[in-house]
Amino acid sequence: MKKYWHRRHIVEAIIKGLMLVSFIIVAGSLGLILWTVVSRGLPALTWSMVTQTPKGGFYLGKEGGILNAIIGSLYLAGGGTLIALIFSLPIALYLKTYISDSKWGGYVRLSLDVLWGIPSIVYGAFGFTLMLSLGLRASLLGGIIALALLEIPIMTRAMDEVIRRMPVDLEQAALALGSTRLEVAARVVTRQMLPGIVTAILLAFGRGIGDAAAVLFTSGFTDRIPVSLMQPAASLPLAVFFQLGMPYPEVQKRAYASALVLTIIVLAISLGSRWLAGRLSKYVMK
Amino acid sequence: MSKQEIPVSLNKKEGRDVRPSLASRRRQDQATGRTFFVITVLPIVLVVVITIALAMRFWPILKEYSLWELVSGAVWKPGQGKFGFWPFISGTFWVTIVGVVLAVPPCILTSLYLSEYAHNSTREVMKPLLDLLAAIPSVVYGVWGVIAIVPLVESTLKPFFAKYLGFIPFFVSKNPTGYGILSGGIVLAVMIAPFIIAVTYEVLVTVSQGLREASLAIGATQWQTIRAIVIPQTLPGIIASVVLGATRALGETMAVLMVVGNVPQVPKSIFDTAYPLPALIANNYGEMMSIPLYDAALLGAAFMLLVVILIFNISSTLVLQRMLVRRPR
Repeated sequence: MKKYWHRRHIVEAIIKGLMLVSFIIVAGSLGLILWTVVSRGLPALTWSMVTQTPKGGFYLGKEGGILNAIIGSLYLAGGGTLIALIFSLPIALYLKTYISDSKWGGYVRLSLDVLWGIPSIVYGAFGFTLMLSLGLRASLLGGIIALALLEIPIMTRAMDEVIRRMPVDLEQAALALGSTRLEVAARVVTRQMLPGIVTAILLAFGRGIGDAAAVLFTSGFTDRIPVSLMQPAASLPLAVFFQLGMPYPEVQKRAYASALVLTIIVLAISLGSRWLAGRLSKYVMK
Repeated sequence: MSKQEIPVSLNKKEGRDVRPSLASRRRQDQATGRTFFVITVLPIVLVVVITIALAMRFWPILKEYSLWELVSGAVWKPGQGKFGFWPFISGTFWVTIVGVVLAVPPCILTSLYLSEYAHNSTREVMKPLLDLLAAIPSVVYGVWGVIAIVPLVESTLKPFFAKYLGFIPFFVSKNPTGYGILSGGIVLAVMIAPFIIAVTYEVLVTVSQGLREASLAIGATQWQTIRAIVIPQTLPGIIASVVLGATRALGETMAVLMVVGNVPQVPKSIFDTAYPLPALIANNYGEMMSIPLYDAALLGAAFMLLVVILIFNISSTLVLQRMLVRRPR
């Protein structure tokens, strides 16, 4: 039988072609970004860059490295993630085991989504006003608070998404055996959803370490590695930004290298969380 | 059943059963419930507190100038007491529109492809890819923009548009560099793409498979099915996901700041430089305490940004929440 090519078949073919093209554009842009950062950053990346703090004249192209920013970023994101975890895990567990899908749960989820949508510069500005009213100066503590505010909605929403997907039978079985809701939350939900929880924590950590606008006002920038919560702290994204703003090519090359370091850290976290979730899922009841 | 027969593996001390009593377990449960409740209300409180705190910091300047004066004023000279936000508002608007217009067609097509055509294996590959794209910090996007996009705009796109579409004032500019709205828009488009694709895909998979199969069974092509079944069912959700993407673009700071040029003027063409609100805040926080009312103006900028984003965000999130209830768990 002869196949007739109707107009609709031609349209179908065109649309499918367009879809493939856009798919390739999206996937290709990721490749392009990674390739750009790696090809420019790798030649400028040296061992001393990641093991030294800036020496005199670093921003004019002289000796030194960005260890201050790497350590500062780890402190900032680590502290922020820790505080965020203290709030996020109870919220996610409460949403699941205590109020479930009630109206209140809807309001809380809405406010979390809204918080997630608030740009980090606004968190930075809010953190700044908060610090002014408390009499704090730009410090590690200020940055940690701003990042914690930024990370709470991200972490909680990610946890809520996985915890919601837990089979209802499991929860009901535990309740039927006489567990209280707290025991369900602590012994069943947390253990069962451990891979998802770890992924959520690492996701929030990755967002926190990559964010520049929230720490711009709140943590300041310094060449030294902070030793107390009240000292200012450098961060990797701001190091990239400041170095790129300098008119010297050597310093700009270092900015590319710093961007590469930041990208490697973030991608390692992203891939690592996948791997870890896979490893942890063996403790999960199927 | 006597007590000895209950298998208790722990908490046995010298034969005495020290398992917590039901009453104490229940007390514990309720105490934790109350504590968790307080923590859970915090997000709602936080939204309100952030808005009020920024509004209070904005207040001093509102006593001196009317809101309309501030929003429509075109001159920004804080040293002389001139706080006109119009260049920044229009700059924010232009960069966001260009970013969204560039991002939407490929994003919607990609998510349609993923939900309607793609093999499961393609979807498996795409998910981590989008996660990676979303995980890249904005400052790295900014570096990419400076290295790759700005020269591209300067050496290729601008001459091309000037040559073939030069009769439209929209596409010509005196700006000699590639730093400008189009560069900002391209970077933004790539940044919000993973977000729009992920949300749109979530919305698209809520359409029941039975409806699709019914349409295909009476001889419709895939595209006809998409047009007649999938899109009408999900249109509010698709629009909401685009609006959500737009709010991301509105608030994006570092990447845009690095490529838009930051000149406080009202842009006339997509090759002109712009100075969006987030960039204004980020660039001037250092000196804002030294000039009177400057801090009120900058935190007021943050407040305006927040209010616009809250309005868009709440409305689109409500639409999405309603749609996603139907999704298969």
